[in-house]
Amino acid sequence: MSHYLLSTFGSQGEPSSETPPPEAMQAMMERTVALEAEMDATGTFVFGGHLHGPDATTVVRSSDTEVVMTDGPFVESKEHIAGFYIINAEDLDAALAWAAKVTECIGRPIEVRPFAGTGRAVDHMPNA
Amino acid sequence: MTGQAAPADPAEVESVFREVYGQAVATLIRVCGDITVAEDAVQDAFVAATDRWRRDGIPPNPAGWIVTTARNRAIDQHRRSARGRELERDAVDHSGPQFEPSAGGQEDEGPVTDDRLRLIFTCCHPALRTEHQVALTLRLLGGLSVAEIARGFLVTESAMAKRLGRAKYKIKAAKIPYRVPAEPDLRQRLRPVLSVIYLIYNAGTDELEDRAPLRQEAIRLARALASLMSDEAEVAGLLALVLLNESRVPSRSGDGSIVLLRDQDRSKWDQRLINEGHAIVRDCIENAQPGPYQLQAAIQAVHCAAEKFEVTDWPQIVTLYDHLFSVMPSPVVALNRAIAVLEADGPAAGLVALDGISPDLGNYHLLHAARATALRRLGRIDEARDAYATAADLATVVSDRDYLLLKVSELDGGET
Repeated sequence: MSHYLLSTFGSQGEPSSETPPPEAMQAMMERTVALEAEMDATGTFVFGGHLHGPDATTVVRSSDTEVVMTDGPFVESKEHIAGFYIINAEDLDAALAWAAKVTECIGRPIEVRPFAGTGRAVDHMPNA
Repeated sequence: MTGQAAPADPAEVESVFREVYGQAVATLIRVCGDITVAEDAVQDAFVAATDRWRRDGIPPNPAGWIVTTARNRAIDQHRRSARGRELERDAVDHSGPQFEPSAGGQEDEGPVTDDRLRLIFTCCHPALRTEHQVALTLRLLGGLSVAEIARGFLVTESAMAKRLGRAKYKIKAAKIPYRVPAEPDLRQRLRPVLSVIYLIYNAGTDELEDRAPLRQEAIRLARALASLMSDEAEVAGLLALVLLNESRVPSRSGDGSIVLLRDQDRSKWDQRLINEGHAIVRDCIENAQPGPYQLQAAIQAVHCAAEKFEVTDWPQIVTLYDHLFSVMPSPVVALNRAIAVLEADGPAAGLVALDGISPDLGNYHLLHAARATALRRLGRIDEARDAYATAADLATVVSDRDYLLLKVSELDGGET
């Protein structure tokens, strides 16, 4: 089994103009709950979440002398990660099949990205 | 162990290598689970075979010899690492019913060909971009060198090496599976496989002599796929299409410039390829599951059936293009249809059809060349010359541009 990040993007300034009507929102929530139940039943769901926007974001950088905080995300861009799932899947085809279900459910494109490693660094230390 | 002890000639050894490369790499990838390890092991086995075969002759099952030798090399190479021990175990696991070395170190034919099918679906996985699919297919299944592939696609060898490296990285990192897709996805996943093979063929038609290896490889892949997936009508259609196109290659160039269909010496056409292509097209028509490749093959079959350009069944070609446009509504199909209309119904009807084509094609030299032909036949010589000049400006292949400039100068002369 491998881990994959399924993420979706939102655009800045979009929420106010494009928030779907409450009934559509309700239907989407119901689809999402059903999909996540399916993920749970198959041992696919690892973690997931819905993120606040770039306005709520802070970057912390360390140099030789100090640690500096700046307001805003890494890169000023129109698009930002709006939400994600971390899933367990056999291979890319399985991950892509889940991504297809997620995009059908929420109506937004999904980026699928494999993890190079998960868990704690200690588990990936070369044997001393 | 080997029946014949006669030494093999180096050219023969070379051609056997090309024949078995894809099979050997495909099997090694399944056995050791890593593309690069598989490629290196097969390369090593070829080095061993070069000496051995030139001395003792080519064994009865060269693919089996290469696979067995390469697998032993891969295991040797990694024996000391932990990964090597796993590999050894895996190789033993795989040597059950589906991977049974026979007494002479030969492999059964069945699973070997299945591996090639797995490999082409991995190489043409939709998560890889088209140029990566093409490069991987040529490298891993065709056994073309990085330099040969780079030449075929007009990029430097280092750029092509980087492209292959990235594609292989993604297969490994994202875990693109090594298997033939299951039924519900098969049709959809077959599409990029067919288009990669056709792209390889077409990349081979620009510089006919230099790029013959690309065309040969595309035909070889189409044949392999057709024998592995005999139920898929579009696979047969693709094979017929490349065979019929290839049948006309001997008449397509003269003195380094292109010779148009109209002017080709049809006695040079390869009748053996035409017969094979026609037989497949007939089967497809009987099967009645038409698709874009079968329709394109049917169109080429009509061209190949005409003994002279003048007796071409143009109305039949227009009908086939109408059908093709209904399943593949691209501007290039519309252009080819318009050219057929020009021949079937005359230059006025042809010009109307050409002017109805999407403006997306405004930068395509063949659209302007076709307009020039229609205008010239209508006696609108000045406009025809301008259209040829525009076409020449837009042409990217030297032989195309030379031909179009020749047409411009003919009309310059004709005006006086």
